[in-house]
Amino acid sequence: MTHPFLFLQWLEEKLHLHLGEHVLYTWFVMLVLIVLALVASRGLKMVPTGLQNFMESIISGITNLIEETMGHKGMTYFPLIATIAFFILVSNLIALIPGFMPPTANLNTNAALALTVFAMTHIVGFKGHGVGYLKHFMGPIWWLAPLIFVIEIVGHLARPLSLSLRLFGNMYGHEVVLMIFFALVPLFLPIPMMLMGVLIAFIQTFVFTLLAMIYIAGALEEAH
Amino acid sequence: MEFFAWAMIAAGIGMGLGSLGTGIGQGLAIQKAVEGVARNPGASGKILTTMMIGLAMIESLAIYVFVVAMIILFANPFTEEVIKLLAR
Repeated sequence: MTHPFLFLQWLEEKLHLHLGEHVLYTWFVMLVLIVLALVASRGLKMVPTGLQNFMESIISGITNLIEETMGHKGMTYFPLIATIAFFILVSNLIALIPGFMPPTANLNTNAALALTVFAMTHIVGFKGHGVGYLKHFMGPIWWLAPLIFVIEIVGHLARPLSLSLRLFGNMYGHEVVLMIFFALVPLFLPIPMMLMGVLIAFIQTFVFTLLAMIYIAGALEEAH
Repeated sequence: MEFFAWAMIAAGIGMGLGSLGTGIGQGLAIQKAVEGVARNPGASGKILTTMMIGLAMIESLAIYVFVVAMIILFANPFTEEVIKLLAR
């Protein structure tokens, strides 16, 4: 509806496959990331140049962010966080190429990402604290515990909902706005919106990654 | 046919009201953040991170309204029923 032409959708019709276009673009992003990682890590040098330099600066940025928000224990979750960050960033940015749609503009992709974070949070909590993890849901006063428990459960269930809907709404909204402007004045007018799209892509990646970090860090810390 | 006119009006007014509240909320948040940075420029990094998280939280309210508006406009669950009723 929002796209007049999608390259991979056209390919899918030619090949008579029946997959969603968001699945195809997810695979495309995976391919891009795998190739990028292989090319960047081939022929590692002590003094990095070119692509290796670029990737190293991004990795060290994510490392600093994890150190700041999660503390020293957080480095265990670096692979998950960094993968989510790279995947969301590249998916958001391919929206700017004509003929490509971001897989994050489909709720299914985002729900998968958010549910991974949700499951990881509680697995980390139960692994770190055992049954004592339930104290996180009980609040400080024992006779208020039944009430607080219900509220906390609702709050925890709202996390994947808000995580996935935020990313979906931003990306899909941007697509719709771009398409409407394109239908009104196809020349030059969509350019400012596309520049805003770059900003949105980076900010949404930052927000999703930071919230994932904060949720996992919340499960790691002791209940009070 | 009136059903679809009302659906469009509902989506438009809902989006307007949703972005009104969100705009006021984000404005207040940014006002305080800018004041904080002006008083203590050294803390700008921490303030920026916290402000971003807060803005994302506030913004999700408008995003919920947007999703509901899109459901009303493009994926309305009652469309088939209404068309069936109209055809009768």
